[in-house]
Amino acid sequence: MALPVAPVPHALPGSGAALIASDTRHEMTTSKPVLSLRGMTKRFGSVVAADHIDLELARGEVLALLGENGAGKTTLMNMLFGQYTADAGSVHVWHEDGAEIILPPGQPQAAIEARIGMVHQHFTLAENLSVIDNILLGTERLLHLNRNRRAARAKLEALMIHSGLEAPLDRKVRDLSVGERQRVEILKALYRDVRILVLDEPTAVLTPQEADTLFASVRSMVENGLSVIFISHKLREVLAFSDRIAVLRHGKKTGEMRTAEADTASIIRMMIGEEHDMPERTPGMPGDTVVRLDSVSVHPERETRGLRDVTLDLRRGEIVGIAGVSGNGQSALAQILSGLLAPDSGRIEVGGESLAALNPRTALAHGIGRIPEDRHHDGIIAALSVAENLVIERLDDADVQRGGFLRRASMAANAEALSEAYDVRGPGIHARSALLSGGNIQKLILARVLETHPSVILANQPTRGLDFRAAAEVSRRLIAARDRGAGIILISEDLDEVLSLADRVLVMHAGELVETDSRERASIGQLMAGHAA
Amino acid sequence: MIEIVPREQPSRRLTAGVPLLAAIGSLLLAAIPLAFAGAPIIEAYGQMFTGVFGSLFSFTEMLTRATPLIFTGLAAAVAFRAKLWNIGGEGQLYLGAMAAVWVGSGMIEGPPILMVPLVLLAGAIAGGLGMLGPAVLKTRFGADEVVTSLLLNFIILIFVQMMLEGPLKDPMSLGWPQSEPIIDEAVLPQLIAKMRVHAGFLLAIGTAVVAHVIMAMTVWGLRIRAVGENAAAARHAGMPVKRIFLAVAFASGALAGIAGVSEVAGLKGYLTTDLSPGFGYTGIVVAMLAGLSPLGVVAAALFIASVFVGTDSMSRTMGVSSFLADLTVSMSLICVLLGGFFARFQIRRVRTEGAA
Repeated sequence: MALPVAPVPHALPGSGAALIASDTRHEMTTSKPVLSLRGMTKRFGSVVAADHIDLELARGEVLALLGENGAGKTTLMNMLFGQYTADAGSVHVWHEDGAEIILPPGQPQAAIEARIGMVHQHFTLAENLSVIDNILLGTERLLHLNRNRRAARAKLEALMIHSGLEAPLDRKVRDLSVGERQRVEILKALYRDVRILVLDEPTAVLTPQEADTLFASVRSMVENGLSVIFISHKLREVLAFSDRIAVLRHGKKTGEMRTAEADTASIIRMMIGEEHDMPERTPGMPGDTVVRLDSVSVHPERETRGLRDVTLDLRRGEIVGIAGVSGNGQSALAQILSGLLAPDSGRIEVGGESLAALNPRTALAHGIGRIPEDRHHDGIIAALSVAENLVIERLDDADVQRGGFLRRASMAANAEALSEAYDVRGPGIHARSALLSGGNIQKLILARVLETHPSVILANQPTRGLDFRAAAEVSRRLIAARDRGAGIILISEDLDEVLSLADRVLVMHAGELVETDSRERASIGQLMAGHAA
Repeated sequence: MIEIVPREQPSRRLTAGVPLLAAIGSLLLAAIPLAFAGAPIIEAYGQMFTGVFGSLFSFTEMLTRATPLIFTGLAAAVAFRAKLWNIGGEGQLYLGAMAAVWVGSGMIEGPPILMVPLVLLAGAIAGGLGMLGPAVLKTRFGADEVVTSLLLNFIILIFVQMMLEGPLKDPMSLGWPQSEPIIDEAVLPQLIAKMRVHAGFLLAIGTAVVAHVIMAMTVWGLRIRAVGENAAAARHAGMPVKRIFLAVAFASGALAGIAGVSEVAGLKGYLTTDLSPGFGYTGIVVAMLAGLSPLGVVAAALFIASVFVGTDSMSRTMGVSSFLADLTVSMSLICVLLGGFFARFQIRRVRTEGAA
């Protein structure tokens, strides 16, 4: 079972550069299948995560896989890729010569050899290695002295030009932003000359222009025979980009249609079984300033891109949306407001006080509630219970402890009440928070932040990776908090989200923050790319 | 096809049962080296049992042996909970013992009510400082505390040797490198007449209970667990991560230091460089066997002390090497690690429809 990963043969026909020759015309997808999943079933205990799902993928087709969190999309893809062993069902792959093979279950090696590539939602990169090392990892023989880096580099550079996905090949992955890491993930798959590419939420961290470039390049690769399964929550993309849509719900396939015949309402009905209800944004009523950043700068070497002379006024009762591609200074801004990073220069005015820097304690004391970007890493302590995680930011409060002893009963009551109010679902308040799904973890964090009635809320990518229902719930809560008088800074790479929630829109690029009156995707996209509108 | 699946929620019965099974498993595995040594196995086990439970003396000997192991086990358990890898228990034990003889061999005189707490405090501070060093190096420069605390053991042992040849040497010792004896007022009293088990054992039990209460019921315990499980999130939540880390380091070192005090003021009466046959290291096994639970440490220390004392007595009567004890203790650790794996993961055969 533990076979060494065989090198991907470089001399296979249709290597990356050849695949994306751009002079071919768009053809209609052929009906010749490359992949067929039949009766795929996976149970986890009593939960049926995938229930006899059939899925066909034709050569040169883009299939969008839609579904809420927990619908079984990732489970299905993990079975395809051999990371899970299916309880039932089989995976059939057809080679270019028409030969059919059945992938042995539970063997990623077989999927790799069948040239199936997967770009995971959660990155699978080695932080301490350079970009090029990460990409080549597993494609080289273990004991091979002549690494032939030059050829690999040339191939990668050609790939980068053709796909429009730029990544600094010699930088360490740990120095890259989230967006850059995602690009490396996609390049990693493309480098392996895949025939079937699975993209799990690929555009979550790209600008609209970059996303369009990605679609264009994937489209041209598709025309040359690549087949793509594309998991996304962004309906606009799904409708614009896919040839066919398959919808999963509660582990079952609930619908399948040609994209040309689909419309938003019908897809959402299949996904959640009811009409989609996005929260309506009413105009805010801004009051006094609650936070002011005054010419705040951070050197780019201290935090990705740093900040250049950023001035920002946040008033009570408004949502300030910060759009931009990740890695343009958002993390520096978020860390300053969270109290994790001290700026090199500039002042932070909060609650009538002018400070050089915050720390997490003073940030909390000044009524700044923080919804961190990486909820698993910064937001919760997975091994602690739900009840404990709900109070970790206010352990000194009288209802949490008395004389240093935890008031378990009071904590449990608090947890029961908040779980109810915020609809946090899981095995119970005393269970480890690790057992909650991503959406429920976010609701837990939201409950913790909002119950203290903060005057300022930093919401950093608050709906990333959440399904419609959970994302809409988060949006509704943020708008409600705004209406109660909180000032909210919403950092999001999802421009649609910024446009739908924010009272004011600012764009971050290369560490600078620019305000825009525009509500047009195209002109904001220009700003995100660093061009004056 | 075999599949390894993580259990969603490891059951309580399983988590508690694993160390017990591991203990039994390691004892059973001891039959293999026993057979190689050519000893009659059933009889050997009998000797091992009577070596511990055969008489009041042997039983109290086991308790005496368990005493330092409870302290060093707690030292490791508390530190490991915060993901502070204190491998320097042995050195901290000697630092504690040295502080105890320094303060307690006549430098200060007073009634027992004063002297006993004083030597304990001196030992705790010395041991605590001994771990604070590696912890500061870790928080300031990122130096790996596994390496620094481990290497510090050898430095401390040589330092103790130097002190016993020099300033701390007893002029009445006829040239032996040993310290002056602890004065009577500073000695931990015997619990049972003519038996060696001393008040240090009760102190160890009490300390384990206090440690359990702190870890499970207080804000401090929650903070320590939070820092150990996810330091980034703990920092984000406003906890003073470095301070917690340093406090845990000091507490861990102090516990190991008290192990040294207890040995020197409860058992030996004076300090030599063979005070501890590796109690600091065995404490790590104790802590792992206990699943880092302070109350579990007491049970694990009693088990390991029983193995040592029982095997000692068995090896004397049966003529088997006493290294068998070390072997059994090591096997128990391996069994626990393996058992922990089975507690967290499910292994099952799966049959796949349509598999080639």
